[in-house]
Amino acid sequence: MFGYYLDLALRSLRRNKALTALMVLAIALGIGASMTTLTVLHVLSGDPLPGRSGSLYYPQLDPRDGHGYLPGKTEPMDQMAWIDGMNLLQAKRADRQALMTGGDAAIQPENGAFDPFYEDMRFTTAGFFPMFGVPFEYGHAWGEAEDDAHARVVVISSQLNDKVFGGGDSTGKTLRLDGSAFRVVGVIGDWHPNPNFYDLNRKNYNENEGVFLPLSTSQDLGMAHDGSVDCWGNGGSGQAPDHDSPCAWLQFWVQLDSPAKVAGYKEFLLHYAEQQKALGRFQRPPNVRLRNVMQWLAYQQVVPDDVRLQAGLAFGFLLVCLVNTVGLMLAKFLRHAGELGVRRALGASRRALFAQLLVESGVVGLVGGAGGLLLALAGLWLVRRQPAEYASLAHLDPMMLLATFLLALGASLLAGLLPAWRACQVTPALQLKSN
Amino acid sequence: MHFRHILSALGRHRIAVCLLVLEIAFSCAVVCNALFLIGARLDRMHRLTGVDEAHLVEVGVRSVAPGSPEAIMAQTRTDLAALGTIPDVASVSIINQTLFGDSFSGSGVGLSDAPNAPTITVTQYFGNAQLAGTLGLKLVDGRWFKPDEFVSDEQLEGGGATVPVIITRALAEHFFPGQSAAGKVIYAFGTNRVVGVVDRLVQPKDYGPAESYEYAMLFPVNLSYAQGAYLLRVKDASQRDAVIRTALQALKGDGPLRLVSPKNARTLEAARAKYYRNDRAMAWMLVGVCLLLLIVTAVGIGGLASFWVAQRRRQIGIRRAVGATRSDILRYFQTENFLIATLGIVLGMVLAYGLNLVLMLHYELGRLPGWYFPVGAVTLWIIGQLAVLGPALRASHVPPVVATRSV
Repeated sequence: MFGYYLDLALRSLRRNKALTALMVLAIALGIGASMTTLTVLHVLSGDPLPGRSGSLYYPQLDPRDGHGYLPGKTEPMDQMAWIDGMNLLQAKRADRQALMTGGDAAIQPENGAFDPFYEDMRFTTAGFFPMFGVPFEYGHAWGEAEDDAHARVVVISSQLNDKVFGGGDSTGKTLRLDGSAFRVVGVIGDWHPNPNFYDLNRKNYNENEGVFLPLSTSQDLGMAHDGSVDCWGNGGSGQAPDHDSPCAWLQFWVQLDSPAKVAGYKEFLLHYAEQQKALGRFQRPPNVRLRNVMQWLAYQQVVPDDVRLQAGLAFGFLLVCLVNTVGLMLAKFLRHAGELGVRRALGASRRALFAQLLVESGVVGLVGGAGGLLLALAGLWLVRRQPAEYASLAHLDPMMLLATFLLALGASLLAGLLPAWRACQVTPALQLKSN
Repeated sequence: MHFRHILSALGRHRIAVCLLVLEIAFSCAVVCNALFLIGARLDRMHRLTGVDEAHLVEVGVRSVAPGSPEAIMAQTRTDLAALGTIPDVASVSIINQTLFGDSFSGSGVGLSDAPNAPTITVTQYFGNAQLAGTLGLKLVDGRWFKPDEFVSDEQLEGGGATVPVIITRALAEHFFPGQSAAGKVIYAFGTNRVVGVVDRLVQPKDYGPAESYEYAMLFPVNLSYAQGAYLLRVKDASQRDAVIRTALQALKGDGPLRLVSPKNARTLEAARAKYYRNDRAMAWMLVGVCLLLLIVTAVGIGGLASFWVAQRRRQIGIRRAVGATRSDILRYFQTENFLIATLGIVLGMVLAYGLNLVLMLHYELGRLPGWYFPVGAVTLWIIGQLAVLGPALRASHVPPVVATRSV
């Protein structure tokens, strides 16, 4: 039966090429626009560490003074002050934990092989690598012993390894940063969490630091901090954050493997805030949060407003295209009311006619979907040529490919419902008589 | 025209008419809001900075191996002197943060130093005695800094000294509405007396609430090259690229191993273009969506109209046979389209207003100005008339003899 309907649908569509082309075009334009923006949205709101992000949490404290505090409304600070970060780190209440911040330093050639250049760096404690599951191409991460010893060791990205050492196993080689010599202990493999969830002050997408080194060592050498600094009270200006100033400039991440541990850690944070208040360091009542990666990204509204606006706009466009298609389909089905009358008179049930007409709109949807896919590919190519930092990530993955056709099919069937129902209402006798 | 006849004829195609009205309404709502968004982007891109953008270039230099603060300061003086001798350079200064740059430096500022006094975040520019002149700022009240008022970065941030400050007119009006700000005191780095007010200077990049974009402070601070970037004002805008090349050479040839790269040198005009590139891309995308939307709507109108013409061939023939002229038939379809479009536009205005309210909830956006409504209405009327013209002309060419034929 389906084959017969398909045959009828193709015949009917071929008979009225202009109208068919208009319907296909409308569906294709709507699908193309929505899939382009939906793909960008999908890429940007993706999980940076699938499988791992659910157990990674970002504790937040509120060490600020009482001014401007609205109980229950004011969110705690987005970053940690040095004292709190060190206290939480040393408490070791989580399965894993790492305290970190961003920075940059000049990389110098050993023998004038290249011009010196600045590289983004991450100053972190050793927990970073096992906690985030960072893969290593060569060597390994440093351990807590190196943190404690303020060791001059670095882990570098494979891009930097290619740039400075020409690739290969560079462990044991020396890298000069801001005039100090560091020993390379590891080279990171392919690892690009998107967005760059662990420090959203940096560029959010598609860019990793080239150099990772112990936080303790970076503080010894006074390496330049790069990122946001939030100070409160009559604090420093935040140009060069130091350990005693009332400024928050570090990120602290913990790994908590079970719901019980999450609850326990939240309890610990509250307890810590109360204790600090009793000591007179905190002024506000305990105000803490413990968000996991996806909650943190949602809270920070990582997806740019523009992208959401574009997606909304594209769906508005799809809606207009659909209404348009409904109208055209209605015209098309009613034009063939005579045939439908003949089929009804020969014994076809309303249900059969309805099914046949839906097959026809489904065919339009599939062809429109294919056209929409081409338009979406062209649209994504345009997006990739945009200046936005996420641009290069805009590619269609298999899931979005499937979604394209499902959306097209669903949209066209939806668009076909009303016209098909309307066309099935024809009275066979009247149609036969009028001809 | 016989509105009543048209209406009763339309009553027989209720579903199709509803669809057309809906389509016109949706596209009217989206196009009105999209045009408004485009306008908002254009306004944003054309905000003035208050500085002489056409004649400014900036050159950033970074040290590779940090030396002593004294050595860096001495090197800075050497650099400033060298840059000042470039033929096309009118003046040279150093600035802590560049306009349209990546970073924002600001402080909490209030009218009292009590711990609980309300503060707002205001961006702060540090620079030497040449900075105001190099930027091309316009003083509207008070005076410029005196030569003996310039301090070092540490002296300012120590907060002990009472360093004078120059603020923008917008900030002056925020703190001292209706009064002269000159001579008043604000609390940013300790106690700071306002000595002057400049017409306009803006944040290096948007930060905080929209009105604070025009809030800025200028402090008399002598910086080293490691704390900021060199700012050069050229005499002739066409010489900017040549000045950048000469400046890079001068800086490279002089002094210890430093990072002097064309990547850190740019004209302010290029910086502005880069800063607003996302807005520009968004505006173009909105233009594209509007055009496509109008095309799709026109196609929908034209498609249904030609269906109706085909369906009513006989009726048209009969009307022609009983005396209707071609232009009667043409006008009939045009009036019909006008009625449908008007219904759609009325509904579309309501939707446009609703959509605007939704957008205002989620984005920083103003209320849709009233004049967008008539503009949107006229656009859709024109589109509708153009779309229906083809089918209507075809209808007017239906010969009367059709009436006598059975099929």
